[in-house]
Order: sequence, then C-alpha cells, then structure tokens
Amino acid sequence: MATQTVATQTDRPTARAAIKARHLRTDRWWVDPLITFIVFSAFVIYGTWAAFDHATVYGNGAPHQWFYSKPYLSPFYSPCFADGCPSDVNWGAVDIWHWLSPALYILIIPLGFRATCYYYRRAYYRAYWFSPPACAVAEPHTKYTGETRFPLLAQNLHRYFWYGSLIVGGVLAYDSVTAFIYTDHGYHFFIGIGSFVLLINTILIWGYLLGCHSCRHITAGRINNFSKHPLRYRWWTLVSKLNHWHRHWAWASLIWIALADLYIRLVSNGTITDVHHIF
Amino acid sequence: MSARDLNLRVWRGDGSGGDFVNYTVPVEEGEVVLDAIHRLQATQASDLAVRWNCKAGKCGSCSAEINGKPGLMCMTRLSSFEPGETITVTPMRTFPVVRDLVTDVTFNFEKARQVPAFAPPSDNKGGKFRMAQVDVERSQEFRKCIECFLCQNTCHVIRDHEENKPAFAGPRFFIRHAELDMHPLDTVDRQPMVQEDHGLGFCNITKCCTDVCPEHIKITDNAIIPMKERVVDRKYDPLVFLGSKIGLFKSTTRQQVGPAGGLGPSPIKHPAPPTPVAVPEPVKRAAAAKRTAAKQAAPAKKTTAAKKATPVRKAAAKKTAAKAASATRRRSTR
Ligand code: SF4
Ligand code: SF4
Ligand code: FES
Ligand code: FES
Repeated sequence: MATQTVATQTDRPTARAAIKARHLRTDRWWVDPLITFIVFSAFVIYGTWAAFDHATVYGNGAPHQWFYSKPYLSPFYSPCFADGCPSDVNWGAVDIWHWLSPALYILIIPLGFRATCYYYRRAYYRAYWFSPPACAVAEPHTKYTGETRFPLLAQNLHRYFWYGSLIVGGVLAYDSVTAFIYTDHGYHFFIGIGSFVLLINTILIWGYLLGCHSCRHITAGRINNFSKHPLRYRWWTLVSKLNHWHRHWAWASLIWIALADLYIRLVSNGTITDVHHIF
Repeated sequence: MSARDLNLRVWRGDGSGGDFVNYTVPVEEGEVVLDAIHRLQATQASDLAVRWNCKAGKCGSCSAEINGKPGLMCMTRLSSFEPGETITVTPMRTFPVVRDLVTDVTFNFEKARQVPAFAPPSDNKGGKFRMAQVDVERSQEFRKCIECFLCQNTCHVIRDHEENKPAFAGPRFFIRHAELDMHPLDTVDRQPMVQEDHGLGFCNITKCCTDVCPEHIKITDNAIIPMKERVVDRKYDPLVFLGSKIGLFKSTTRQQVGPAGGLGPSPIKHPAPPTPVAVPEPVKRAAAAKRTAAKQAAPAKKTTAAKKATPVRKAAAKKTAAKAASATRRRSTR
C-alpha cells in the first residue's frame, strides 16, 4: 500500500546546531561596549565627585563656591535652591540639611532621566550588564526576564523623568541667558567663553530632550490618525528627525555637561582665566 | 575579472551533532557568499543543504551567520572581507537545525498564527476604505519585512534563553503588532496581547534586531519603543489612567482579544496534536472526509462526530506508528 510521509511535529528537528563557541564574530565587536563603559564610568565618577564637592574656595576674587563663577553656574547645580547656593543664583526654596550638597537635590531628575532613556538603556545593558555585550555574542546570564519585573519595570516611568527634565531644561536655558548678564550696580551685557559653554550646553540638552522617544509618543506617536491631527503630525515629524540622532545628542550632551562643569570649576578656583568682556 | 581561492569554513551536521568543515572554493570578483556556497555544493559537497530562492535579498530564505554575524548569504559580498580571510558560515543558531545551513523556523510561523489578522470595521460604507497617505506610510515600513527571521535569530531573549520562547514572540511580530495597532481602521485592541502574551517587556531595546534587518526596518525605534510607550499609557502611567477614567483621554473602543485582553475569543489557537508520521492513503482520505463532515455539522454535533471518530483515529495511529517504527528499524539496519 502506498504511504506518504508528511512533515509533522514529531518529524521536526528539536536541537540547535551544536556550536560551542560563544560567538564567531571576527570583527572588533567589543570596542563599542568598551568605549561606552569607559566614558559612562568616567562620567559617573566625575559627576559624583562634582556633586559632592561644593566647598567654598578663595581663588579668583571673593570667597565663593567651587561650582559658581559669576555669572556662570555649573549645570550640575542648577536650579540651585538649597542652603549653600551662592546668593546670586539661590532660588531659596529649601533651607535644611546645610551639609548636603545643593547638587543632590536636583541631580536625581536628570540622572533618572538618562538612566531610563531608551538609548542609554541600550548602551548600559550592553556595556555593563552584557545582555547582550554585542549582537550574536552570547550573554553570560543563565536567566533573563528583561524589563518584565521590578526593578527594571520602573523603566516605564521614563516619561515622568522627561516631564521633570523639561523644567530643569528650562532652568538651564535661563542660566545660559544669565550667563550673558553681569549684575553689578545694574545689569550689564556680558560675553565670555563660559557664556558660550553654557549656551552650547543648553542647545545640546534641548536637542536631547526633544528627541526623546516619550516626547515622540506624546506629540503624535500615540495617535493612529495623523491626517486628522496635522499640527501634531508636524511636531511628530520634527521630533522624529531629532529622534533619529538621539544617540548622538545623548553622548554630546553628556560629555558637554561634564566639560561645562569642569570649565566653571577651573575658572572658579583661578586655574584658568575666562576671556570675557563686560559692556 | 580576477578569480581567486576562498577559504570557507562551513558547519555541517544536523540535530544529532556536527562540526566545521574547511573547503577551498574558487570565486570571482563581485560574488556573494551564496555564490561560493553554491559552487561548493556543485563541485565538492553535493550533499550540502542550503536554502535559497531569489538571490536578490527579497525572499528571506538564505539567512545564516557569516563570521558570526547574522545576515543573508545572497546579500553578503565577498569583497567585504579581507582577501585571504577564512569565511565561517553557520546556520542560524536560535532555531533547530534541519541539516547543514538549513534551520527549522516553525517557531516563527507559530507565533505568526497567534497575531490576530487585520480587522477592519464592519460598517464599510461604499465598500472602500479611505486612508490618507500619511497614515499609510507608518505601517508601510513594516510591510517591507521579508520574513528572513534574522531579527528573531539575533534577539538574545530567545537566542540565549530557549526557555523564553513560549512567552516571547520576537521583533518580527512586534512590528506586526505595531503595524496593525497603528492602523487607523483596525478594530482589535492589541496592546494587552503584545505585552502579556507576546512578551514585549522582555525586550531590553538593545537593538540587535534593527542592526541585522536586511530591509533596514527601524524595528526598535518605530515599532518596539512606540508599542512600549502605548503599553505605558495603558498600564503604568497613573495620569493617563486617571485621565481616561474621568474622560480626559478616550479609553479604547477597540475589541480586546487574547488571554491577557480577557474579553473576546482568544486568538491564540494552539495547533492540534501532530498527525502520525506516515499516513497511509485510505486513512488520509477518511480523515479528510471526517474533517469535512465536522465542518458542516453544527458545533454541538462536531464534538459527537469527533468522539465517534476517535477509536478509528486511535487504531489508525497505532497502525501508522507501528509501520513507522518498522520503517525506521529497516533504515537503521541497512
Ligand atoms: S531590541 Fe528587543 S526585540 Fe530587538 S533584538 Fe534587542 S531584545 Fe530583541
Ligand atoms: S523585520 Fe527585518 S530581520 Fe526581521 S524578519 Fe523582517 S526583514 Fe527579516
Ligand atoms: S528616549 Fe532618550 S531621553 Fe527619552
Ligand atoms: S536567496 Fe532570497 S534572500 Fe537570499
């Protein structure tokens, strides 16, 4: 009797190709995560030091804070609203815990924002958690649940950090405007290298903020009928353009904010002289 | 045109084991990896199993891993390697291997079956759906998918963790969900399903799917992240949640589906148990007749028909199994 073989589940192979190597990539796949690891770690170390180091210094004029050199305020310390802020830039909202660095009141927002950013997640999951270190390179963990459980479930709060960062971003923009104003018996137009350092900082921060995936979602990503919301669609198109370069904005704004802080510190303690002119 | 010798290292074997075999194959300028594999098959290893079809990067058949990087063999130029470099070709690692470079990608088709099809509204007046170009464009990107399953293969969620396969559909199906969820005319609520049943939360947006996609679909940026954001709206954002309760945001009018969606019929239809290996012709005909009868009968009768047929099927199965076993014995003693 004629029989015919049909493909069935029992027929189907169940074993993967027995290849033991963790990966067979021959390119330098480790360069990318390594750079991420070095730069991010350097930023975290520098940022922690900068956030705690708020002692009073005596270089470059009257006693003042490390992180302030009139009219420049380090972006790490902005908005400065705790005890210990220089009087010119003190928003004066909190007057407790005198020993606490003013930076610590505010840094949680930008840090939380960056930590939950979709791009940064990609970067640090790869570089720190090796999950995976690079594409088609096996991760070392035996179990993986991704972002389905606490604490990584909290990544879903990204949009709240975004809302908070909009406010901080606004203050940074304000700071870069005041970096062009010198107050001494009235207001004077001031222009110095530091003014531009802070201006560039603001531009980079806003480029990063507005290209955020949550922003893209809020503008029009969440709707299905672009044609019925032409204005939102227009915004979405613009945000999408920024979003395309989000990674670059993330890196540039990260590096620049640290450099801006460093520049202000060096000017503040008199290590370097800020070239400026007061009109 | 210059011809040269290419050193190829190809994984040969099947589910029971295998190893790398080295070959030297003459190749010409302008050729791709698939050309070299074909020449190898034609001249030295006629039993080499390789799946291909279009040789134009459009059928998605020739997915493999070349020097450890998942890619289409027909789209990987030999000129992208150093002259003299040995090129290693292996099958995709995430799926069971049939033989040599051919894998069994059934996993993907099973997941595909679970995604509910496009469901336009029933009141389609005039018989035409009208959509503006801007609304079409978004999902058009996802329709470029050639189902090469390279993204599925590269995704570490299942590549490194076989145990996640039941709970995770993979990037190819996230774009399918996104395509339909973003469709203005669709009436099915896909968000609970993509999160709860298809494991969107497993994805940690490390973007390897996007990196390997030969169609350059921005899987992560345009499908996964937007879907994650939509799920946040529904599940994790207290403001949106409250807003929809007081009517500030419209809560969805789409029909929920799936075990997670709760309401409505589950779109996840698990395939029936497999038919026995070798099916003799008469039994096959009987089974077909039975299926037709069952289809025509009312649902209540269907169960009775099925029950009645059970002894027959069991007997047939036994017979077939015995036959298959003896066939295997014959093969192995040969
Ligand atoms: S981005 Fe998500 S779906 Fe894509 S490969 Fe990475 S984990 Fe998998
Ligand atoms: S999304 Fe891209 S990589 Fe994934 S199956 Fe489709 S074409 Fe292939
Ligand atoms: S996704 Fe990067 S800031 Fe929101
Ligand atoms: S053969 Fe069709 S994609 Fe390679």
